[in-house]
Amino acid sequence: MSILDAKIPEGPLADKWTKYKNEINLVNPANKRNIDVIVVGTGLAGGSAAASLAELGYNVKTFCYQDSPRRAHSIAAQGGINASKNYQGDGDSDYRLFYDTVKGGDYRSREANVYRLAEVSGNIIDQCVAQGVPFAREYGGLLDNRSFGGVLVSRTFYAKGQTGQQLLLGAYSAMNRQINRGKIKSYNRHEMLDIVKIDGKARGIIARNLVTGEIERHSAHAVVLATGGYGNVFFLSTNAMGSNVTAAWKAHKRGAFFANPCYTQIHPTCIPVSGDHQSKLTLMSESLRNDGRIWVPKNIEDSIAIREGKKKPTDLSEDERDYYLERRYPAFGNLVPRDVASRAAKERCDAGFGVNKTGEAVYLDFASAIDRYGKEQANIQKLENPSAQKIYDLGRDVIENKYGNLFQMYEKIVDENPYKTPMMIYPAVHYTMGGIWVDYNLQTTVEGLYAAGEANFSDHGANRLGASALMQGLADGYFVLPYTIGDYLSKDIRTGKIPTDTPEFDQVEKDVTDRIHKLMNASGKHSVDYFHKKLGKIMWNKCGMSRNAKDLESAITEIAALREEFWADVKIPGSADSMNPELEKAGRVADFLELGELFAKDALNRSESAGGHYREESVELDGPQKGEALRDDVNFSYVAAWEYKGEPKDAVLHKEHLEFNDIELKTRSYK
Amino acid sequence: MKLTLKIWRQANANAKGSMQTYPIDGIEGDMSFLEMLDVLNEELVNKGEEPVVFDHDCREGICGACSLQINGEPHGPDRLVTTCQLHMRMFKDGDEIVIEPFRAKAFPVIKDLMVDRSSFERIQQAGAYVSVNTSGNTIDANATPIEKENADAAFEAATCIGCGACVAACKNASAMLFTSAKVSQYALLPQGQVEASTRVLNMVEQMDKEGFGNCTNTGACEVECPKGISLENIARMNREYMAAISKG
Repeated sequence: MSILDAKIPEGPLADKWTKYKNEINLVNPANKRNIDVIVVGTGLAGGSAAASLAELGYNVKTFCYQDSPRRAHSIAAQGGINASKNYQGDGDSDYRLFYDTVKGGDYRSREANVYRLAEVSGNIIDQCVAQGVPFAREYGGLLDNRSFGGVLVSRTFYAKGQTGQQLLLGAYSAMNRQINRGKIKSYNRHEMLDIVKIDGKARGIIARNLVTGEIERHSAHAVVLATGGYGNVFFLSTNAMGSNVTAAWKAHKRGAFFANPCYTQIHPTCIPVSGDHQSKLTLMSESLRNDGRIWVPKNIEDSIAIREGKKKPTDLSEDERDYYLERRYPAFGNLVPRDVASRAAKERCDAGFGVNKTGEAVYLDFASAIDRYGKEQANIQKLENPSAQKIYDLGRDVIENKYGNLFQMYEKIVDENPYKTPMMIYPAVHYTMGGIWVDYNLQTTVEGLYAAGEANFSDHGANRLGASALMQGLADGYFVLPYTIGDYLSKDIRTGKIPTDTPEFDQVEKDVTDRIHKLMNASGKHSVDYFHKKLGKIMWNKCGMSRNAKDLESAITEIAALREEFWADVKIPGSADSMNPELEKAGRVADFLELGELFAKDALNRSESAGGHYREESVELDGPQKGEALRDDVNFSYVAAWEYKGEPKDAVLHKEHLEFNDIELKTRSYK
Repeated sequence: MKLTLKIWRQANANAKGSMQTYPIDGIEGDMSFLEMLDVLNEELVNKGEEPVVFDHDCREGICGACSLQINGEPHGPDRLVTTCQLHMRMFKDGDEIVIEPFRAKAFPVIKDLMVDRSSFERIQQAGAYVSVNTSGNTIDANATPIEKENADAAFEAATCIGCGACVAACKNASAMLFTSAKVSQYALLPQGQVEASTRVLNMVEQMDKEGFGNCTNTGACEVECPKGISLENIARMNREYMAAISKG
């Protein structure tokens, strides 16, 4: 075990980034033209990084498995993006955004990175508006804000329930400008399958053209991985079908340490699972918790009656309902952070109060918001004695204006009208805070290899706050990497183009093609999905919302066994030298089968509860926090960064100790 | 439900394709259309046959990857949804469902139901951006107030997901709705004004170059658009185009 150096600049927290920027080496414009950068993944982090680096003058190649950069899964983010603009004058500041993020992450993130994130957050909004991103506005023409979980201010900028889409299309437009100038070459329908290192530095990738099946070599002076998270290790998640860990895992196998793999965000408001055929889960934005109240029946008999179809939620009077978040957490109510809200839902459902057929659902109810907004509108419109129906109609219009697309999506999937009857929701895997370990420069433990956005681990600790993923992705790409990579590349101005006809490229390409042949020749009995679903079950049951040592130990053994079975018994029709989606899936699931084991090992190692990682052995036994998660700062105030050593269970632990100089470590209370 | 699927199979861009018939059983109303195809593909894989290839990714109606011409309609019989959000409760036991790729000269078939929509990429690259660097030194976001009405209309236009249903629905395979949605977004915002003329001219030129047809105002695109992008955008683009031309 070694102690990792995060290369955090000296000086007071608020001055670090400025000081850093003043002291780095720059590359002159003429030299930038001779330097190549590869960006893998074109979501918010990758798209913004590619555009910014190309604007600076570097030659950029982007890679994405989708048919267009615009389809990266950032597109699906709904609720909003945080920024410490303090436009509402409600007491927000860089420090407060920093504080909320570190506290929300349960004191498991790196102070210096989070402060930098808060510091550049305002610029992101300026930048996006300048690009023509159509954020929601008030009647005065200024930008509107709303609130998200875990904070006491309104700092979230949004574009209805499609904020991710609008921000990604903004980054995509910036990319398109550079594609048009010839500064970005975008390789769509391409999947990165390995990293090539020369003299210890990342100097290129091996990619597969998904249309022709061709294996290609691409070289560069630096490689950025912005390939998102690994939530699909659970099979069912809110990630896109193609979201995968392959790029990150290949980097891990080539020397990049993997940090905190067990930190997973299970999002409280998703549409519940309806059956075995289900291929993915759908999120209902956290922004709904601004207006929706979460409840289950107070009496278990009512829950049973509802499950049996004998009662409807609207039959229950106010005092027959248990608004359990408002009851348990009066200060934050329905806007507690995601991990807290998810666990509370699970607690009620495990106790038998669930409200759908499977008993795994709670209500998210808009009736009181519709009533409140309706009365407000009636007042604005000076209506005298408006009828109950009129109030409902007015209130419904307000809700539709705010969340219309989400309500429509819910209705299409569930076949119930959420304006009339409360939504049913249940937690689902949504985001992974863990990822490739990076230092302050966002550089991994492999020189010249960078990781940005959800693919890295750095900013959200053990739990990410709502509307912070978009902020981090764009901060990394627009404002951080362009500086930090420049500093690194200043040493490469005389290197010249990296050739691809070298033994290093030969060897990695051979590794890639050997593996593809091994998969194609497995000629077993079962489809890739068969194994993926099995893996997902193990992960959800043993590494899900609540974890214990016994289950985690058995998960490690079961995943290793499943991995062996997969390689012996997977069946992939078609050929490797043409379009073959089953082969693509197989490669990704093979990597999930390794990552899953490391995930369980990390969760077993961390015997404290922190954020989204809840260990049943580590809870408050008494006092006002009784029953809440118990952190162990004495033994676990570190980032667990794992080094690959063959089998995932043999990975070696390295620690980055987390120091908190500008924030006091406290029990996270939302009561 | 028991269904009969008639699906277009084509090995690659150069191969000759044909319709194939696949009976399928055990389909439930709660399944999405793509989950129904997952069931079929699982059966095919288990039999050692190649599964049906189709584009899909987010499966929540926003990425724009999924397509499919279902019983002659892009994204099928439901309104304001993509294929991934179309649910099998829209069909009944015994139905025959015809599934084809989006058909347009500018969308060549890659394999089975998957088409190449890179022509859309090139239209966007021709001018769908504001030329502002990501330097972090732009003016404050609230320095330029924008009328809510315009901001909202720009947003509505910007919700286009680039799926290509408008082209597939159009008898002329026109990309006017797609192109005009982007032109409109910028035309409605002050940030888009500076380059308005060159933008519309370049994007329209590229659209024509890609082999998309012209608009004859049948309005099928608006009907089939999963995001409800309005025909008004086409009118706005025509106005922008005329203004740009008359400016010289």
